[in-house]
Amino acid sequence: MHELALAQNIVETIHRAVPPETRKNVRVVRLQVGAMAGVVPDSLEFSFNALVAKTPLSRVRMEIESIPFVVECEACGRISGNDVGISRCLECGSGKTRIRSGTELQVVNLELEDFQEEAV
Amino acid sequence: MSIITIERKVLQKNDEVARRNRALFFSHGTFAINLVSSPGSGKTSILERTLQQLKGELKVAVIEGDIQTDLDARRIASLGAPVVQIVTNGSCHLEAKLVEDALSNLDLAQVQLLIIENVGNLVCPANYDLGEAVKVVVASTTEGDDKPLKYPAMFRNATVLMINKIDLLPYVDCNLEQLRKNALSINPGLTIFETSCVTKEGLEGWCAWLRSKMIFVGRS
Repeated sequence: MHELALAQNIVETIHRAVPPETRKNVRVVRLQVGAMAGVVPDSLEFSFNALVAKTPLSRVRMEIESIPFVVECEACGRISGNDVGISRCLECGSGKTRIRSGTELQVVNLELEDFQEEAV
Repeated sequence: MSIITIERKVLQKNDEVARRNRALFFSHGTFAINLVSSPGSGKTSILERTLQQLKGELKVAVIEGDIQTDLDARRIASLGAPVVQIVTNGSCHLEAKLVEDALSNLDLAQVQLLIIENVGNLVCPANYDLGEAVKVVVASTTEGDDKPLKYPAMFRNATVLMINKIDLLPYVDCNLEQLRKNALSINPGLTIFETSCVTKEGLEGWCAWLRSKMIFVGRS
């Protein structure tokens, strides 16, 4: 269960990108998580929500784009995906493959509600 | 609505510290290993045997990562090797910063081989680069032959697989060929050693591999 540590990193990333006075306007944090990144999206979201509760980021919703695991065979050229993380080419059996996607774990962008002057 | 583009790895901060560690190892000619496995697969026993085997030949130091206690560090210290214990206090993995802090207690100029024993866990340590040259994953025969399929991230990121406790093969439900096949389907490039810390079978091959890496570091 390292999702809490990962969520902490995501909170810090938002803090780096958004000055304190604007943080309450952040609505969405978008992530890409590879199918083989070793991360449970539900746990990550749960941890994030727990961390930001009662902070200026409490209204931030986490949106996770799941990236499929895809390998490219250097022997036969076949590009194939599987959801169990097998890197060997399922077509020709070659071990000379390159992972094209599925190990990502990154913050893509933030969505902010446009800043409005509050009536005093 | 406005969008702020981030495009930043979640673990970028860890990766930056890992790069610093890696540069430090490289400048001292230290070959660093991140030793990972589930709890009880024999990491510390492999370490003990390795230290005994390489004694007087290579300068080896150890960083021990555990959730609690310094029991492992004491086992290693009794063999005369420099050892630094990291107690993570509940955290399930080592991070690059913890290793960086631990390095201040070691004289790397006197270390040819640094073995970092990670917390026993096949999930979380897979995500954290510590700055090591290679990850070595241990899977013991008592765990069965399907571990690589259940924890693919760890086996994919490893360079070496040590199949340990092979002396127990007659007594456990583990098909060695199937275990090898499963591991190689996840990571076709794995170098595999089959070892027993009781009979010492296979340990010489592992130590020979380590020696070959020392030559590489020396030349680089």
